[in-house]
Amino acid sequence: MKNAIFFGALTIAGLAAGAAAAGTLDDVKARGKLNCGVSTGVAGFAQPDANGEWQGFDVAVCRAVAAAVLGDATAIEFVPTTGKTRFTALASGEIDMLARNTTWTFSRDVDLKFEFVGVNYYDGQGFLAPKELGVTSAKDLDGATICIQTGTTTELNLADYFRVNNIAYEPVPIETNAEALQQLGAGACDSYTTDASGLAASRATFENSADWVILPEIISKEPLGPLVRHGDSEWGDVVRWTLNALIAAEELGVTSANMADLASAPGDNPEINRMLGTEGTLGEMLGLDADWAQKAIGVAGNYGEIFEKNIGENTPIGLARGLNAQWTEGGLLYAPPFR
Amino acid sequence: MSNTHSDTVRFVRETMLTEQAPPITAAGPVGWARANLFDGWFNSALTIISLVLIYMVLAAILPWVISPTWNAGSLTECREILVAAGSVGEHGASGACWGVIRERWLQLLFGFYPSELYWRPILAFLLTGAALAPVLFSGASRKLFYVTAAIPFVMPWLLWGGTIWGPISIAVGFVIGFFANRYLSDVFGSLGGIIAGVALALIWWLFLSGSVADVLSGIIPIGIEPVASRDFGGFMLSITIGLVAIGLSLPLGIVLALGRQSDLLIVKAICVGFIEFIRGVPLITLLFVASTLLNIFLPPGTNFDIILRVLIMVTLFAAAYMAEVIRGGLAALPRGQYEGADSLGLDYWQSQRLIIMPQALKISIPGIVSTFIGVFKDTTLVSIIGLLDPLGLSNGIRADTNWNGIVWELYGFIALLFFVFCFSMSRYSMYLERKLKTTN
Repeated sequence: MKNAIFFGALTIAGLAAGAAAAGTLDDVKARGKLNCGVSTGVAGFAQPDANGEWQGFDVAVCRAVAAAVLGDATAIEFVPTTGKTRFTALASGEIDMLARNTTWTFSRDVDLKFEFVGVNYYDGQGFLAPKELGVTSAKDLDGATICIQTGTTTELNLADYFRVNNIAYEPVPIETNAEALQQLGAGACDSYTTDASGLAASRATFENSADWVILPEIISKEPLGPLVRHGDSEWGDVVRWTLNALIAAEELGVTSANMADLASAPGDNPEINRMLGTEGTLGEMLGLDADWAQKAIGVAGNYGEIFEKNIGENTPIGLARGLNAQWTEGGLLYAPPFR
Repeated sequence: MSNTHSDTVRFVRETMLTEQAPPITAAGPVGWARANLFDGWFNSALTIISLVLIYMVLAAILPWVISPTWNAGSLTECREILVAAGSVGEHGASGACWGVIRERWLQLLFGFYPSELYWRPILAFLLTGAALAPVLFSGASRKLFYVTAAIPFVMPWLLWGGTIWGPISIAVGFVIGFFANRYLSDVFGSLGGIIAGVALALIWWLFLSGSVADVLSGIIPIGIEPVASRDFGGFMLSITIGLVAIGLSLPLGIVLALGRQSDLLIVKAICVGFIEFIRGVPLITLLFVASTLLNIFLPPGTNFDIILRVLIMVTLFAAAYMAEVIRGGLAALPRGQYEGADSLGLDYWQSQRLIIMPQALKISIPGIVSTFIGVFKDTTLVSIIGLLDPLGLSNGIRADTNWNGIVWELYGFIALLFFVFCFSMSRYSMYLERKLKTTN
């Protein structure tokens, strides 16, 4: 009883301590720390390493924003969120931004009142099946049992796809990715469907990964990207243009290796100059230092370098660039001009 | 024909036979086995079937458990080691991959707590053990009660760090409340004294303690490095939540149980309402309230520690169940005990303290301990709201590409640790029951 009062007192103290309602950008600067929501663990996208440091493709976006705003890529409080808590955590202000492979959909953008600032990974739903099943296309899966995570958009996509193609299937509801792989390995389901990026990572965990095949069909669009709250466009701009800076840096050939050279003095390419702050006042317009983009790119390099390090073809996850190549190379990445 | 004894009987033994060892079939291991395992054909058959079953289970599990993969750096390496060692099953390499436990066991125990500060949670839990000793074991030194009194302030300070004046100023509130109660109850009577004590302590905590602590820490800055709640994880988090909930739910539960039996209408209504509300809601719902709803209701920018929110919710949940367990103990006491206490002229608190509670708590021990065990295991639910308890961390560890695909090793390790804690709690309750001989 007495201790309950003690905690109650702490509570009130906590309430009194927090009292600020300025823009998120000012809040983050005043706090000296970015609260970034990540997932509790998705291979390649966000995971704590043995030292407790968060690593991954989504985490890199958080680090780039922290570097751009605060000049320190480690000034981040990573808040692990689950599929159930992520949106309330963002809506309530517990986190400043969410970078947790979240699909940009109409209702999340409009109804839940969030603002997707861009796409850092174009994903789609695919199928993983054992080679011995002898299927080469998802349309051959007539009558198959399919493992599917309950309560996700993938469940709805699957129903739509099989209805459109007029074939039957039997869903096996499962809760987590690990459970799905156990079921698949034990032969409890013929195929497993989830985002293709997850499938590649999952296939890599099988001992004889060559015995498993990812079917060519991608049955849905899953643009994954960082998001912020509605109604704070200044902060949204900061996150959006940090992401754009990473993408544009790759397009313009700015890498972690040559950035110091390019940033030391204005070069021949005016767009690089404007982005890196050696020309113009783009940083000032955002409310940041002139070298904000340099700091963001300096953390782990440009978009392509981050991709290769975390989920690229040389990692166990082994994702090809595909849709996530620059528009100049047949992909969908297209950063608006820095002007 | 003589009728004397010696004539009719040819031999009479005049000395006792020396004691013989019992036959080998009735004593020692063989005798034990005969009495317990092969007592009749039916029991013999059951014994043999059980032995075969045990053998089959062990034969399936042990070769998997005993696996030379302790030093492996990834799942792929584990598989290479296993293949090289020749343990290959029908689905490829078979055997546990213990490398993940070697690399991550500290993380599973301490979460992201800074490694150079591991001594602090260890010391905090050791001190808590010392604080519990005089409560749990009658043989322990009574002087340890001083540790018990200090631990509610020392443990949070060690875990979260920061200035020492914070916990001290909180403790001063209790001193104020205590003396206010003692001296003002002469003026206002017993109930008035309690109310005055609580009110004065609250005034101190709400309006004065914070600034006094700030001033003092400005003058004499004594403190240790603060650790953010977000760095808590693994078993440390489970134990922290479990210990706080267990420690606070018992006194809260006693108060609630007494309140529910009270003659004061409002007190009774509040207690019944609280207990029934909390018991009518699943714990996971309360946790979602803690993690999401509170965020929406509190003013924006409020920084209300997530672990504190969870602690409060778990404590309230456990307290409601505890109240019902203790009410069961109270109800089991014969009416004569209450009347006897009254006839001795004891007031309400004295009779509760000296007559009722010692007996009621004794009756409730099995229920109390099973509630404790339940609460401790329920702490794993916090992984659903994104706190990294051992189960939450296992998900994060699997997301590491080195260990992606490892399931049983992690769950086995976590289950083993939970078993150790829950089993020792259950053994303690059996010890306590034997000691107190709850035969009414």
